[in-house]
Formats: sequence, structure tokens, C-alpha cells
Amino acid sequence: MISINHVSKSYGSFQVLKACSAEIARGEVVVICGPSGSGKSTLIKTVNGLETIDSGEIRVGDFRLAPGVTNVAALRRSVGMVFQSFELFPHLTVLSNVTIAQTKVLKRSRAVAEEKSRALLARVGLSAHITKYPAQLSGGQQQRVAIARALALDPQVMLFDEPTSALDPEMVNEVLDVMTGLAQQGMTMICVTHEMGFARGVANRVLFMDGGEIVETAEAAKFFNAPASERAKAFLARILKH
Amino acid sequence: MMVDLSAIASATPFLLTGLWFTIQITLVGVAGGIVFGSLLAVARLSQNRLLSTFATAYVNVMRSIPLILVIFWVFFLVPWAIGWVTNGGRPVAVGASLTIFVTFVLFEAAYYAEIVRAGFRSISAGQYAACEALGLSKLHAYIYILFPQAIRNVLPILLTQTIVLFQDTSLVYVISATDLLGAATKIAQRDGRLVEMYLTVGVIYFLFCYAASQLVKRLQGRLAYGGR
Repeated sequence: MISINHVSKSYGSFQVLKACSAEIARGEVVVICGPSGSGKSTLIKTVNGLETIDSGEIRVGDFRLAPGVTNVAALRRSVGMVFQSFELFPHLTVLSNVTIAQTKVLKRSRAVAEEKSRALLARVGLSAHITKYPAQLSGGQQQRVAIARALALDPQVMLFDEPTSALDPEMVNEVLDVMTGLAQQGMTMICVTHEMGFARGVANRVLFMDGGEIVETAEAAKFFNAPASERAKAFLARILKH
Repeated sequence: MMVDLSAIASATPFLLTGLWFTIQITLVGVAGGIVFGSLLAVARLSQNRLLSTFATAYVNVMRSIPLILVIFWVFFLVPWAIGWVTNGGRPVAVGASLTIFVTFVLFEAAYYAEIVRAGFRSISAGQYAACEALGLSKLHAYIYILFPQAIRNVLPILLTQTIVLFQDTSLVYVISATDLLGAATKIAQRDGRLVEMYLTVGVIYFLFCYAASQLVKRLQGRLAYGGR
């Protein structure tokens, strides 16, 4: 489904991605973890072309992304993305947030698009809030709207860039529950997250990154129980200490 | 010195004509200026070097010369310019009203452009990324997502600039147009009623601008995206 081949990227003299390669199968849930500054967010953003790459190539379904490929409209239609800071459109209602790309990008009629939006908002448990504005919702509710907004375009792949990092602790689970539900329904997902419980319980595999490299790729259970690399061991020791 | 109220009463119809022209200039200047200014702002933020250089140069030049000079230029030079292009070198008369409308749109656009550009820059990079990630075209992103937020973020400044524009319309006296101040001047000189006329228009300018600035104040309180 997704194939990342020797992808490298530099900001000036600083190399953020060093020949990263990974294969992700349809229906697979992959968590990318690693210390901050390791290139996790940059890597996930290359998958829908939000970050350009300097060398290598990325394939998502039939779409091939390489340095210099600028027409990424088709790619973005098949890849949904959820951001750390939600990035809902503050001047639009919840319903409009989920509807707008359907009518403008997929050219769905307003009626069809709104029906789809209502169904998705019901699925993430927000039917009671569709006429509200984002600022009237809690962080967890906003992030669930953002997930519905991404799902509204019927993506084949969902990217989550630290979806719970900006949330108060008591709201983390409501978002993780939605993500777990998606995973169980067979969505192909790449998640940058520090939620090790989610990684352990839901992810099929873990990509561990450090210093711009994918240091280790392992099945989730194996990664947590017996990490192969010293860097992964050190990382897990740090984050699982308490 | 006595203030003769009857002089004001008899001048009222003519003053109202002038006031109406002042309002027309303001409305055309605001509408045209914001439309053209928004295009300039988008051009200035564009990746296209040619577009952004042109817009930057335009804004900087317009903001570096006095409005009164632009009025003169458009009034005296544009007839010649049109003449060279269409009429074998002989100037083509352009009416004072049209001159004034064109001038105010061209001039105010430079100021509105900077305000709208500040509005765009106040939007977080994440909003641009969200538009891209959803596959919205640049045009759709600007129309439906970015422009409404940009305008909302700078609405008080836009209105303040509009108050300045309303006052600046009085400069059209240099080509003898009959705006509010022009009308007052003509009557004042004809009837020798300088005090009455200039006091009256002063009060009118004050009332309009004060009301508008109160509106700005109230808007500022209301504009925050409703939150808990």
C-alpha cells in the first residue's frame, strides 16, 4: 500500500531524513516513535506531500511521489491527515468543517456531503455539536472533528501526527478510542505518537526513529518486550521509567 | 461674531449633495480598495517572483507619495495617457468623479493590501497545511478558508483605515470637486459664511467618524472566536 524508498531530506546542512525506507501493507497500523527531533513528523508529512523530499521515492497505491513531483492533488485525495493542533477552521461550524472539502474537492452535492458529515460526526460521538464552532469544543472533541473531516474524503490511508500531544490527559482516551475503532475496521494508518499503550495494543508494527534514521522496525509486541537496537532500548527505558 | 443658523439651513441641500458624493467616494474606495488590495496582498505573498515584486513595488510606491499628488496625476496625466493610446496624442477628457473614484481605489488598495497581508500572516501555518492536506486548491483555500479568517483578524484595522479614507476624501477639493468640504467651501465663499459652513461640516465629519470608531470598539470585543 505504502512504500517508502531511501527517502532523504535536508534543511540546509541539517539532514532530517537519512535514507528512510519502510513498507506498509493495506490495513496495517504502524506507529512511528522516537525522541523529539528524530524526524518522525517530517517523515509522516512526506507521505502526503506536505514536506518535499530531496531523494528517494514514495509510493501510495498507484501514486508515485519523487523529488520534483508537484502535482499531488490525487495523492491528497487518498490520504487523510490529522494534526497535533487539530487545525479545524475556526470560522466554520463543525458540520461545515467536515463538509467543505467534500463539496470543493470531491464535488459532492451539499446534501450528500452533509449527510456523510452527519454520519461521520455520529461515529465519533459528536452528533450533539454539529452547529457549534471549534472554539466551543474541548480539545478532545476538536480532534475527533478533525478525524471526521479527514475521513470525509474516504481516504485509503490515514496519517496521525501526534494526535493526542496537545490534549489534556483526560481527553486522550476519547481520541485513541476513535483511532482504535478505525484500526479495527481495517484502515491503513501511520501514527506518530508517544502513546505507548496505543502502540502496544493497536499497532501491528513500530518504526523507531532516531537522528533522521529508521533505526528499527519490529512487530509491536517484540519492540516493547525485546527491542533489538541499543538506541531503542535507551529510548524505552527513558519513557517507560515512571 | 454671530453664527447665523439660517445660513446653515439654506445651505443644507447643497451640503447634502456634497455629503452624498463624499459617501460615494468612500464606498467606492473601500469596495474597490479592498478587492484590489486583497489581490495585491495575495500577489505579494505569492511564490511567483514577478507577481510579488510587482505588488511590493506598487504598494511601496503608492504609500510613499501623498494622496493629493496621485489625484493630480490621475486628473492631469491620465487624459494624456488615454489620448496617446487611443486618440492620436490628443488628451481625452476624464470626468472629475471618475478620476476621483479611480484614484481612491488605486491609492487605498496599497493600504488595504498591507492590512490584508497582515491578516494572512496572522493565520497559523497549520491552517495552510490543513488546506493542503485536504486537497483544497489554492483558489478554494484562499476563498473559503484563508481570506475569511484574514479579514476577520484585521477587521478593526480595516475599519480604522476606512475612517481615514472618509476624511481623506476632502482632498478632492484640489480638483474643485463638490464633496462635503467642497460644497461647504463654495457656499462659504459665495455667502461669506466661513464660520457657519466650516463648523457645520466639522460636526458632520466628527459624527460620522466618532460613530464608526465606536463601532470598531464594539467589534473588537465581539470578534474573538467564541470560546469557553
